[in-house]
Amino acid sequence: MVNLIWLLMLISGICVAAVTGRIEAVTTSALKAAELGVEVAIELIGVMSLWLGLMKLAEEAGLIRVIARIFSPFIRLLFPSIKAESPALGAIILNLSANILGLGNAATPFGLKAMQELQKENPQPEVASPAMITFLALNTSCITLIPATVIGVRLKANSLNPTEIIGTTIFATGCAMTVAIIVDFLIRSRRKA
Amino acid sequence: MKVIAEISRWAIPMLLLIIPLMAYLRKVPVYEAFVTGAEEGFKTGVRILPFLIGMLVAIKVFVDSGALEIVVRLLLPLFTRFGLDPDLTAIIPLAVMRPLSGSGALGVATQLINQYGPDSFIGRLASTLQGSTDTTFFVLTVYFGSVGISKYRYALKLGLLADFVGLVASVWIVSRVF
Repeated sequence: MVNLIWLLMLISGICVAAVTGRIEAVTTSALKAAELGVEVAIELIGVMSLWLGLMKLAEEAGLIRVIARIFSPFIRLLFPSIKAESPALGAIILNLSANILGLGNAATPFGLKAMQELQKENPQPEVASPAMITFLALNTSCITLIPATVIGVRLKANSLNPTEIIGTTIFATGCAMTVAIIVDFLIRSRRKA
Repeated sequence: MKVIAEISRWAIPMLLLIIPLMAYLRKVPVYEAFVTGAEEGFKTGVRILPFLIGMLVAIKVFVDSGALEIVVRLLLPLFTRFGLDPDLTAIIPLAVMRPLSGSGALGVATQLINQYGPDSFIGRLASTLQGSTDTTFFVLTVYFGSVGISKYRYALKLGLLADFVGLVASVWIVSRVF
């Protein structure tokens, strides 16, 4: 499916550019995007090293185990296939907390770490495990308490009340997350049956 | 709301203080442990690089060429047929862009907020939508790519369903509250 979407985006982009006589736009866009990819990755390396360094400290101090134990009854409900002592639990909890607080750049390192841990428990290393799918569904639909970037944009646009959309954002993300959890649960139980 | 904003302002400095301190008290060699963990950041960054580039190139060609605009224009009659307010159509480019590209969606949202005014219906809706859905397609490809998974099974459908629910919920709540 991803292969098809990727190809379709390229083909349709090139065709539209050709028909509208702006074929050179494809060249600039493609080269710029490739550069941007490196920039994003390099930035990510810095932030990621910082957070993974801290996480290692928290792990060796036993903090992650404590946090994982506190949240595990709730998290284990969502991830029945993960073992109680799995190191994935800590990373999942940290990722979701960072998402909820709107700390986007801290969420990614924990998220990628969680994926690595989940992959270690995955019996088929090429196929997404149910726990991974649940995790990504939670990750992308997670409740956001502070949409900091948007508040910044509204502030610059001279909004009378830049933070008034916090409530509506919490509601919308809450709905999305609830539906994601329920549908994921239904899919999983149907596949098992 | 103030309390939440304060928490997010203090969260990172407090973590930077408390975690190393606790580790030190538990006799962890703090600096060495930090460096060991940080090393993984580099490896992960290098591993996701090809996936980032692959996705960004396809998405940028798709958007910059005007292909996205055509998709949006094709979707328009569909929306109006379902009895949706024609005012709402201004939000469609953002709704289509959001799962694909974070920076792209932020650009569209910023433009909508400035064009219609941050305190207009469209401005509030664009703000809510930008804050409440994620770049699902992008996150999935990079996260799965980083561990070498090529079969996503139902992950993409589930993520996009959640985005769609977020869109409908945003429209509903913004038209009710304001």
